[in-house]
Amino acid sequence: MSKNPEFVKFDKVDKSYDGKVLVVKDLQLDIAEGEFITMLGPSGSGKTTCLMMLAGFETPTHGEILLDGNIISNIPPHKRGIGMVFQNYALFPHMTVYENLAFPLRVRKVEKDEIDKKVDKALSMVSLSGFETRMPAQLSGGQQQRVAVARALVFDPAVVLMDEPLGALDKNLRESMQYEIKHIHESIGVTVVYVTHDQSEALTMSNRIAVFNDGKVQQLSNPAELYEKPVNSFVAEFIGENNTFNGEVVDIAKDKCKVKLANSEILANPISVKSKGEKTTVSLRPERALINPIDKMDNMFTGKIEEVIYHGDHTRVRLNLLGSSEFILKVPNSTSNLELKVSQDINIGWNSTDARALDPK
Amino acid sequence: MSSETKQILTTDGIPLEVSLKKAEKKNKIKAFLLVAPLLLFLIITYIFPIGDMFMRSVDDKMITNMLPKTFKAMEKWENLDELPPEEVFSAFYFDFKLLVKKQEQGKLGQRLNKEKNGFNSITKKLLRQIKRKKIDENANIKEQLMKVHKRWRSVEYWQAIKRTAPPYTMAKYLKGMDMYFAPDGSIAQVDEDRRIHRILWLRTLEIAFFVTLFCFFMGYPIAHLLATLPMKYSNLLMICVLLPFWTSLLVRTASWMILLQQQGLVNDFFVMIGLVSDDNRPEMMYNKVGTYVAMTQILLPFMVLPLYSVMKTISPSLMRAGKSLGGTPFVAFWKVYFPLTIPGIGAGCLLVFILAIGYYITPALVGGASGTLISNQIAFHMKTTLDWSFASAMGLMLLTGVLVIYWIYNKLVGVDNIKLG
Repeated sequence: MSKNPEFVKFDKVDKSYDGKVLVVKDLQLDIAEGEFITMLGPSGSGKTTCLMMLAGFETPTHGEILLDGNIISNIPPHKRGIGMVFQNYALFPHMTVYENLAFPLRVRKVEKDEIDKKVDKALSMVSLSGFETRMPAQLSGGQQQRVAVARALVFDPAVVLMDEPLGALDKNLRESMQYEIKHIHESIGVTVVYVTHDQSEALTMSNRIAVFNDGKVQQLSNPAELYEKPVNSFVAEFIGENNTFNGEVVDIAKDKCKVKLANSEILANPISVKSKGEKTTVSLRPERALINPIDKMDNMFTGKIEEVIYHGDHTRVRLNLLGSSEFILKVPNSTSNLELKVSQDINIGWNSTDARALDPK
Repeated sequence: MSSETKQILTTDGIPLEVSLKKAEKKNKIKAFLLVAPLLLFLIITYIFPIGDMFMRSVDDKMITNMLPKTFKAMEKWENLDELPPEEVFSAFYFDFKLLVKKQEQGKLGQRLNKEKNGFNSITKKLLRQIKRKKIDENANIKEQLMKVHKRWRSVEYWQAIKRTAPPYTMAKYLKGMDMYFAPDGSIAQVDEDRRIHRILWLRTLEIAFFVTLFCFFMGYPIAHLLATLPMKYSNLLMICVLLPFWTSLLVRTASWMILLQQQGLVNDFFVMIGLVSDDNRPEMMYNKVGTYVAMTQILLPFMVLPLYSVMKTISPSLMRAGKSLGGTPFVAFWKVYFPLTIPGIGAGCLLVFILAIGYYITPALVGGASGTLISNQIAFHMKTTLDWSFASAMGLMLLTGVLVIYWIYNKLVGVDNIKLG
């Protein structure tokens, strides 16, 4: 079976609630069949609006949404055949778990035997067999969550939408649910559109991530690329930790540029700068800067330790470096632990390829 | 677990239960003191008056106190189909004489007349005979009394006196249902053309039922709108719903009179748009229509508020979930939203129905003859006929009816399912 790379297509979609502010601006997004795509962004960035438009609860102000090649903007939600898991689960409180799961099948006039079979299968998929007669209020948060997932999948929808489904769970449960949802997706191959503001959730679960900000997709790529190669300073800031230097490009070559900071110069990888004189923000991941590097690195500086915070598996060191006292280093907790003391001077080095010169903040 | 549980001791060696009780005691006293004023208030203003009402409604002691010797003597009267023995006659004569001295014989005549027509005139006749000293107290009183009037020779009248002997009677309750104690003590129906109470009871139930129904059909969409509209609009709408609460009931009823009368605004409007001709204006007041319209409007907030408070708690995502799972808007409403509002529907309907069943001012003003309710009849007996015991009896029948409805509701829906807010 060949997968349709444009199974869900947002085609130049705009959305405005009040006719003055665009919540979603010119959205162009293709989602492949069977893909797990995450819409990630801060609150108010338009990601939930996109999901609601896809589900049919909001209509695009301009543009079209296509599902498997068909325009769905005029199809009401109940005819779209899209499963949805809501933020607060939205289980029907007056129905048992069985009735909740049977609801989408009953409205489709499925035979009773068939319903039983499908409900059984869906419940065993989320390992909740035997919970059929419970009421939602008798379930824990995690169990309710799994019922909600099972209910969204039980009628074999082509697409399942998840709107911050794990937001209300505690950290450990959230992590185990992340893997569970990911495994369910892998085993049945349904297309999942997932909305979250939690970047680690997005990185763990998705095939691709669309980072939203200000109604626009800032970057759409797989988790590794998103983390390693952010295309602008918003993405770099939003995904993972980040050290930044603001400066001006004084020299630029094909894969290297020289950036002048307040009172020093560093070498960086030109991503969104094109010419001399441009303002830029250089972004560097904390784990890419090393203390006393053995290999030759093209950026070598000395900084003073301001603060040492022990995190168990790693130690976080805040340095005063190149005029900024917010430079963070992550030192793994290994057997060859360095002696790190406050107000000690240390040598720091990083490769210019890891220091990405992006648009100025 | 073993059957005998081991007593747990605190570190000081006091049993845990004792220690717990001691610790809780202060809180319990505090809690009781907090509710004590309310308890006292309820006893004084609710339980005591209802008890008093009940006593009044069954009280028949007056006559028992008036004829003590007679009733004592009547205990020996065995064959009730024949006239009582001489002792009863003489006891009645002396009781009556005592009443004449206290000038209370009139009350006795009235009371006995209610039991059996004709007593009034024969007691008056007996009074005249006593005043003229025509009765020889040393001779056979039975003989002399039987000569006073022929009715004193009729066994039915003596049976009627005997029936008034018990200090309590259910007669008022029977009267409230258009029934009475027949001379032989059985329960009989009032003649068909004089059955007014049963019609009133049925009309009260009918009007209360339909007013509840109208309130439900009008209140449900309003409550839904209130619960789903954005704050700034819902506040305005809420004020509109509550506005009637801030206006005097009398003013509201009076304004309905202005609107509904034959020369009123609604009729004027109907004539203007040509719905009815000017000389054929429909009567919308002083009948059931007026009662329905005015009571529905007045009781509407009592339906809207419980519904609103329940709907407010229903997450909008539930309806969305219903739709996204494939339910049409109607199915999503009917299978998901509606069942969740049942507690509010129950509370609202019960509230409106109970208020409607005892409604008084509005039907009195706009109801006319065909639109008045049982409460108007109660008021009539309180104020006009001064038959308080009958008014109490009907009041208690109304209360019992409400309790029965409450009981049925509890059986069907469950009282824990009521939600007022």
